[in-house]
Amino acid sequence: MNLTIDGKTVPVIDETTVLEVAQREGIWIPTFCHHPGLPPYGACRLCVVEVKAGGRPGLAASCTLPVADGLVIETNSPRVQRSRRILLQLLLAVTPGSAVVKELAEKMGVNTTPFEINEQENHCALCGLCVRVCNQVGAHAIGFAFRGTRRRVTPPFGKPAADCVGCRACASVCPTGDVKFTEKGDRLFGENWGADLSLARCSSCGRLFTTEYLFNHVKTKLGPDYSAAKLCPTCRRRSTANVMTGSYLGKVR
Amino acid sequence: MMPDLSSLCRKGLEALYPDKVKITVGRATCGRASGAEEVYQALLAEVKERGLDCTVATTGCLGFCQEEPLVCVQFPGKPRYVYSRVRPELVKEIIVGVINQNMPRKRLLGKVFEDEVLITGEKVKMDDRSGDRSLAENPFYLPQVKVATRNCGYIDPGSIAEYVARGGYLALQKALAQTPEEIIQEVLESGLRGRGGGGFPTGKKWDFARKSPGGVKYVICNADEGDPGAYMDRSILEGDPHTVLEGMTIGGYAIGAHTGIIYCRAEYPLAVATLREAIKQAEENGFLGDDIFGSGFSFRIEIVEGRGAFVCGEETALIASIEGKMGEPSPRPPFPAERGLWGKPTNINNVETWANIPPIIMKGGKWFAGMGTENSKGTKVFALVGDIKNNGLVEVPMGTTLRQIIYDIGGGTGVFDFKAVQTGGPSGGCIPASLIDLPVDYEELTKAGAIMGSGGMVVMNEHACMVDVARFFITFTQDESCGKCLPCREGTRQMLELLNKICAGKAEMPDLELLENLALAIKDAALCGLGQTAPSPVLSTLKYFREEYEAHIREKFCPSGVCRELFELTIAEEACRGCGRCAEVCPQQAITGQRKQPYRLDQDRCIRCRACLNTCRHKAIKVVPPRR
Ligand SMILES: Cc1cc2nc3c(=O)[nH]c(=O)nc-3n(C[C@H](O)[C@H](O)[C@H](O)COP(=O)(O)O)c2cc1C
Ligand code: SF4
Ligand code: FES
Repeated sequence: MNLTIDGKTVPVIDETTVLEVAQREGIWIPTFCHHPGLPPYGACRLCVVEVKAGGRPGLAASCTLPVADGLVIETNSPRVQRSRRILLQLLLAVTPGSAVVKELAEKMGVNTTPFEINEQENHCALCGLCVRVCNQVGAHAIGFAFRGTRRRVTPPFGKPAADCVGCRACASVCPTGDVKFTEKGDRLFGENWGADLSLARCSSCGRLFTTEYLFNHVKTKLGPDYSAAKLCPTCRRRSTANVMTGSYLGKVR
Repeated sequence: MMPDLSSLCRKGLEALYPDKVKITVGRATCGRASGAEEVYQALLAEVKERGLDCTVATTGCLGFCQEEPLVCVQFPGKPRYVYSRVRPELVKEIIVGVINQNMPRKRLLGKVFEDEVLITGEKVKMDDRSGDRSLAENPFYLPQVKVATRNCGYIDPGSIAEYVARGGYLALQKALAQTPEEIIQEVLESGLRGRGGGGFPTGKKWDFARKSPGGVKYVICNADEGDPGAYMDRSILEGDPHTVLEGMTIGGYAIGAHTGIIYCRAEYPLAVATLREAIKQAEENGFLGDDIFGSGFSFRIEIVEGRGAFVCGEETALIASIEGKMGEPSPRPPFPAERGLWGKPTNINNVETWANIPPIIMKGGKWFAGMGTENSKGTKVFALVGDIKNNGLVEVPMGTTLRQIIYDIGGGTGVFDFKAVQTGGPSGGCIPASLIDLPVDYEELTKAGAIMGSGGMVVMNEHACMVDVARFFITFTQDESCGKCLPCREGTRQMLELLNKICAGKAEMPDLELLENLALAIKDAALCGLGQTAPSPVLSTLKYFREEYEAHIREKFCPSGVCRELFELTIAEEACRGCGRCAEVCPQQAITGQRKQPYRLDQDRCIRCRACLNTCRHKAIKVVPPRR
């Protein structure tokens, strides 16, 4: 199966997306809601490319566009540029402070936005990365609610997130810095989700290293193979090393 | 159980043409809104009180919504009288007429001398053609050709026998004796295209779904009908539910599905109830269930109620909604024909599309393709509303011109000039008066910047402001956007901001350019059809009425007199005949004068409610730029 991207015909395999092909070929396409480890979602539309032939002609989001034999793609046509510029300007208006967006804007040479800027405290651009990563972790603590401009990410029924394990994966993928966690004493607060979790202490060094909930969550996920000792990553590494050297030395002797 | 078509047919004919007087009331939602229930109750009471031996029956929408409630009176073997705008008072007169066999002429819309059964081509003649006022020759009905709505207003939607008496379920019997490929071939030949908005060839869609690998498949009927002002599908469901069931069963057989689902909006309670009853009767009579007509083919239909989100009419969102997920679209491909409901190949068609299937199977694809234009075949149902004399539901052959629909059927826009017609609802566009001779045809409408859409047709006269019209639709779409993708959610919000600015007289020329670029970007980049078509009302009005936008921006003037801050009203002395009607309707007593002499309008009292503007038949009220 072959596909033509920016004039270059390249072989592709089933079950890949046009974005993946572009990245493999070293072609830069801006993305905002895409993360290689998460299922594609197609919400920001920044990654649009132009389908010239071999599919429905027009623009399509490359992160959700499956490859097809004979597809002819242009990743930076004038039509693509026009839409991308406007999309970025919309994004700048929604989340003016985001470093990720600023960087994208700089790369694309867009400096300002003609649109009315969002003055609210909430700068969430609804890219859905947090929701997807939370599902991927298996916690399913947050999701979308409401429609249109009222849409937001929230724990079920707007109540404190009962299923939040405190892994903070959402905060780490958030491109706007809107997801915040704070530690106070031995408690962890997931501010956006109303989560209040107790932190677990390493039974070896005494450091607070994760939430009790997450520790138990991982324990059930990994099953009996997982050593039950409550150890922080450093102590766990040390303990594993001790076990390994011990058994190695034991064998050598 | 083997369906017994002939005994059902006999029963149906007895009900349709009983040997006693039959009085029928159009009791679909549109009739009820005009008071059909009061009329129906009054009829029942009157018949009971007088001990009359006659039937009081129910039917669906006769299409002429402007004239509702409609009541038909039929003497055995005599023409059928159709009365319009019936009030409980007229009921008495009708009953007296029935007793004396001398029907009143008041509000007599016309008489029906002959019923034609489309499916079989049979004609039921009711003799005594005394000539006058044939309903079929009423200009509202004359150009119409009823295929999808062939039974609406004729049969009792609660009676499967009456449906059968009009040729119902013959197509299913015929189809089940053919191979699925033959059926698909027939539908392909008919040239039928989806009536839900997209206009995709139905036969091709069925073929994809049939060839899509998998043992379990589904057919879905999209009855979410969310376009504001559109009610074609509702009328079909309420007036002739079995045609949809029959169409779906044939479709199920053709693609290899055994389950059909009707996704109907919960705001249509009467349609849902009518469908439930129809499904029950179809099951009881063996048209649904196992081994239908001894063919070995089994099929069942379920109803799923949607909860008021416009976007759930979009097929991928609809599927998500049935699966109990949030009703939001997902990217296509994969198309539902490959991976649809529960991941299985699924074929979705609109109500009207399904309703066209039985006649196509019975009369052949060629017959259907004999109507219409090169690429748009058959007929299309439109909900004709707005500033027009005859509001209603009309079904015309494709290729009928807008002029025929608006002037011949619709009766024109009265004393005020026709300005534009908006087709296709929030995804559609405005067609200006200069294109009045445009034929309704998928390609022609698209070329003109509008779309066929599902069949909404809003007629506007000279008092409509096109910027305001665009704003109306953008308000709708930005409210109904699911919010998943950035261009639709944020883009429509910003379009609305810009339009508000223009209507308030606060915009500058660069705002217009921004609006246009934004509209083009949303059209190109949005995820689903909602966002991709949301800019159409803006783009089409910009195409044909740019000067109106410019007047709002440059002169801070709304020439149609809609945007409150941007106009004033005055009375043109030379046009005023001094009738005084404007003074009567003015809630502010801003208009004063003496009969037969020009009236005067006091600007300081005027709140620009436009009551006088819409009242003055002499067009003496003028819209002028505000003094400031
Ligand atoms: C926002 C949106 C709303 C829609 N609403 C409807 C609807 O109410 N009814 C309908 O039949 N099709 C609707 N459609 C079109 C459907 O997605 C789909 O194309 C159609 O049901 C297919 O049937 P057809 O081929 O018979 O037209 C809508 C599409 C979009 C994008
Ligand atoms: S175009 Fe609008 S309705 Fe469609 S997915 Fe995007 S936000 Fe949702
Ligand atoms: S990166 Fe493809 S839509 Fe967001």
